Formats: sequence, structure tokens, C-alpha cells
Amino acid sequence: MTRILLMGNPNVGKSALFSRLTGVQAIVSNYPGTTISYTRGYMKLGEETAEVIDVPGTYTLEPTSEAEEIALRLLESGDIVINVANAINLERNLYLTLQLLERGIPMVVALNLWDDTRHRGVDINLEKLEKSLGVPVIPTVAITGQGVKELAENIPRATSPTHPPTTRDERWVTIGKIIEQVQQIRHRHHTWRERLADASVKPLSGGFIALVILAASFFIVRLIGEGLINYVLDPLFNTLWSPVILKLSQLMGGAGFLHDLVIGKVIGGELNFVESFGLLTSGLYVPLGVVLPYIVSFYLVLGILEDTGYLPRLAVLMDTIMHRLGLHGYAIIPNLLGLGCNVPAILATRILESKRERFIAATLISIAVPCAALQAMIFGLVGARGLGYVAIVYGTLFIVWIILGIILNRTVKGFSPELLIEIPPYRLPPWRTVAQKLWLRTYGFLAEAIPIILGAILVINVLYILGVFDAIANFTAPVVTGLLGLPKEAVTALVIGFLRKDVALGMLAPLALSSGQLVVGSVVLAMLFPCVATFVVMLRELGVVNMLKAVGIMIVAALATGGLLNLIL
Amino acid sequence: MRRQMHGFGGRFKDNKPEADLVTLVQLKSGQSGTVVDIQGGRRMTDRLNALGIIPGKKITKTSAMLMRGPVTIEVDRVGVAIGFGMASKVTVRPGRVP
Repeated sequence: MTRILLMGNPNVGKSALFSRLTGVQAIVSNYPGTTISYTRGYMKLGEETAEVIDVPGTYTLEPTSEAEEIALRLLESGDIVINVANAINLERNLYLTLQLLERGIPMVVALNLWDDTRHRGVDINLEKLEKSLGVPVIPTVAITGQGVKELAENIPRATSPTHPPTTRDERWVTIGKIIEQVQQIRHRHHTWRERLADASVKPLSGGFIALVILAASFFIVRLIGEGLINYVLDPLFNTLWSPVILKLSQLMGGAGFLHDLVIGKVIGGELNFVESFGLLTSGLYVPLGVVLPYIVSFYLVLGILEDTGYLPRLAVLMDTIMHRLGLHGYAIIPNLLGLGCNVPAILATRILESKRERFIAATLISIAVPCAALQAMIFGLVGARGLGYVAIVYGTLFIVWIILGIILNRTVKGFSPELLIEIPPYRLPPWRTVAQKLWLRTYGFLAEAIPIILGAILVINVLYILGVFDAIANFTAPVVTGLLGLPKEAVTALVIGFLRKDVALGMLAPLALSSGQLVVGSVVLAMLFPCVATFVVMLRELGVVNMLKAVGIMIVAALATGGLLNLIL
Repeated sequence: MRRQMHGFGGRFKDNKPEADLVTLVQLKSGQSGTVVDIQGGRRMTDRLNALGIIPGKKITKTSAMLMRGPVTIEVDRVGVAIGFGMASKVTVRPGRVP
């Protein structure tokens, strides 16, 4: 089968074009490095079906990061390249175009963001550009789909004109000549969007804008999350699902192994969806009634932030602070993604250049950045005791994030390069991509989390019945009770935390903990052991040795922090 | 490394380059200039090259963060943020961009 590669600089719209060509939905954002591994899809090429691959963005074929190395490896397997170039910044984009031409692989150029050229004052003579490069050049607007049909029709015209390999300086000379022939720039005045863009990377105005945006984001996430819980999901569960379950409980005789497995504990004819721990009660309520609303609200807000192009600016503002943690500003993006789910966050550390940075970032994320599922449960359970306690949990995790980062920066050997990123222009979020992304991420959560949650609840019930938890509880009592001040039964929650942190926190609910104990439990659960999905991705991304190191740091940090909190609270 | 700590002026006095050259860090926000030289290792020049920042390129400085924070510039209508250390190794001749 013919394999078509979509290649180009970061943030030129490869993923948007990919979605248009193949109908496969891919996550599209307005910052360089959204795609860190590749996505595959298929399209019709005449009579045949061709495979299309959305390759991570790369500036050059001399890779400077993991994502760029992936791009280079993929290039060797391709038959045709669609080189996606940014029409606004032809000069720099042509550098990769020339490198690709030197490879002698059949190619078509998609000149994307074509709609922006007019108001940015850029005039490109397409015929002359085609002639200079020797390959078809098709103007496209991937977000709206303009030009995509023409691009698809022109793929069979892909050619590989002979361009002998040259040096870096020679390439820039060639580009200079091409640009002189094909491009004219008209002077124009700054737009309000550009003024805002400038203001958001200036120290004072930028700091102010960042505070407003982050505070507003937090507020909106909570507003939508709580709104969905209070006005949609709780009423649904309480008025519709509850009677069904109570009836089923009666039918099953109100007790017994199967009853406890499916429905869990029913106390005095009352159901507690968090505490009952049956498959049809907690097993559905935790993922759908508590976590889902926050997944939806978090990813909606994140999606908007991603598509406006604000995140790289936040990276600039955070750079000085992140340097103290052995990272540079761009590492704020994987950390923010971690507030949704640690798995894509750890994958996103591929945008960082060095092994050292990736180790520090992945370790910090897995220890001190709680995922949305856990946060939803923290809001639900700890929030019921007062928002002050929620603030203690978040404050503690933030302090751990800072202190641990400083320690890792001082102790981990290696080299952390400096920030060097492209800052995209602000755009109004295209609602279609925002909605598409929200759906992809929500679906991803439902498909991956629900089976694991149901599995976890099954395992919990079986282990209870077998008495395994009692054995573990007695064995670990000195640490759990002595150091953390929690009842020894709490250890079951810490063990289950390995499967799902949201379910695990739910296990603390029936233990009648004091508010202080609940805070200690939440913090330790957040820090100790990543869930199994995060564990696997860390193993893959960091390797066995570094993953074990991270886990060691995790255990020490979690117990130290938990012990300290226990003394204070 | 030590020498840089004592200020960027020192290096210029020793090497006697043209008097009007400044680093990206010293260039004022809003000011334009032409990149003259990049004094760094292969790795650094490679990364800057990838973003089109090469000798002869005209740039405009947009802003600089406080406390040795990054410098942001505009190159060919695209914004780029450059870490402080790297920016201090890029020499620029200030002047209007036509």
C-alpha cells in the first residue's frame, strides 16, 4: 500500500489536514508539538487505498528532540510526502522543504494557512514557487477544508526533481533567491490581536493576563463540573438509577456474595453511591457521576486554551521559575496536561529536548500533578469537609512540586537546554476542533477508565472476601498508622490506588476519617504510586532504571509528606 | 562562564568588535536589528538555525521577561522565545528593518 507522510514544521496544521484527508479525528491545537507520536489513517487515491501518516512536526531533518527523531524514522518508510508549509512564514518552512527535496522522495507542497496571507500582508506567486521547487504547490486552509480536495487530486502528481544535497548555508542562500522571486510583503498596521499577543509576553501585563486566565480557567472548570454534577448527574442517579438498584437489591435477597458484588452495601434501605462499592453502584457512579463532569469541563477549558495559542506564552512567563526545577518554560505544557491525565502528559514530555528534563518532568508529573479523576474525587469527598481542606491538599502538592523540582535539579546529572520555541499568533478557537477534541478525550476516558474501574471494584470485593486486605493491613500497620496516622484499613485504598486513584479515594469514604486524616490520605494517594496506566507509559518512556528511580523518589516523597502533614494537622 | 558573569561588555572590549553591536538581551524591546553572529556550540546554532535565526536575518525584539527570563523576538512574521543564556550569545546590529 502507498504510504503518504504529512510532514512539516510544528504548528502548521498537519493534524487538521490529516483529519480532512482521512476523516480520522486527530487532536489539533495551536502550539508547536501537539502531535508527539504518529497517527495513521486511510484515504482514497484513485482506485487504491493509501495509508496516511500524521508525522510529528519537525523544523529540520537533523533532529533536536525525540519528536523530531520519530519524524526522521518515519520518513524512511514513506512513499510520498505531503510537505505542509506555513504560508505566513515561507522562509523558514522552505528549509525543511529543501531538505526533503534533497532526499529525493516524491513530494507535494500544501501551503497551509493560506487565508491568513492576505491580512498579514504576504503575497506569494504560486506558479513561480512551483517552478522553483519543481513540485506541485497547493494552497490550503485545513481548518475550513478549503483546497483539501485539490490537494488530494494532486497527490498523484507528486514528483521528485533532482536536488543535490547541500550544506546548511547553501540552503539558506537558495531560500533567499526563491523568496526574492515569489514573495512580496506589504506593510500593514498591528491588529488588536497582535497588540494583545505582545502584551501577554511582557513582564507586568503578561503576569496579570496569566493570573486572570488561570483563575478564570479554574473557576470555569469548577462551575461547569459542579453544575453538571448538581443539576444533571446527581438527579439522574438519585431519581432514576437508585430505585432500579434498590428493586434489584430486593430481588437478590438483599445480601450474599453476588449481591455485594453487583450492588454492594445497602444500609437501612439507603444507597450511598460512593461507599457501597458494587459494580452497578460505585462502579458506575464514580466514573460517570463524579469524574466525567470534571473530565468534560477540564478538557473543554484546556481545549480552548490550546487553540487560542496562549500556552506558549505561559511557557515564556514561567521560564524563570521552571529553570529552578531543572526544566524550561515549555515544560509547563506537559504539567498542565497532567491535570487532565498523567498518561498523555508523560508522553508530551517528548517535546523536551534532553533525557534529564524528561526524567524530571515525568517524575514531577507522576508525583505532584493530580489527574482530573482524582481531583474530582478530592472535590467531592474532601470538599464536603470544607474548601479549606481542598486548598491544603492542593497547596501541599504545589509545594511538593516546587521542592522536589529544586532537589531533582540539584541532584540529577545531565544537561537541561534553554527555552527556544515558536510563539504562534492568537486565533479564535475553531469551535469544530474544540468540540472534536473534547469528544476524543472524553471518549478516551470512558473507553479506558470504565473497564478498569469495574475491574478494580471486582478485585476489591474478591480480595475483601478472601481476607487478603486484612493481611496487608496488619503487615503495613506500623507505616500507615504510625507514620501517617490513618486507620490500618486505609492501606487497601493505597493498594487500589495502583489501579485507579478515583476508586481508591472512594475507598477512604466509609472509614469515618477525620478531616485531617482525609487530607493526609488524599495527598499520599495522589503522590504514592502512579496508576497502572501511568506506570506503563513511564516504563516505556523512561526505561526500567529511571522508572524505578522515579518510583523510589515517589515512595520516599509520599511518606515524608504524609508523615509531616500528619504531624501538622 | 565566569567571564559572562562579569557582564557582556568584557568580551567585546577584548575582541574589539564594532562598537555598535549588542546582544539580543541588550537590544531594547521594540527595537529592530540584523543578526550578525551566534556564539555558541553546534547544538545551539542548530536549534536557532531550525527557527530561521541565522546571521543576516532581520529581527525585531518584542519583549524581555524580568530576572534573566526569555527574550521574545519576531522573525519573518513569526514570534520566537529564546532563553536568556542563548539570547545573550546572539549578536545583533541595531537598525531599522525596512
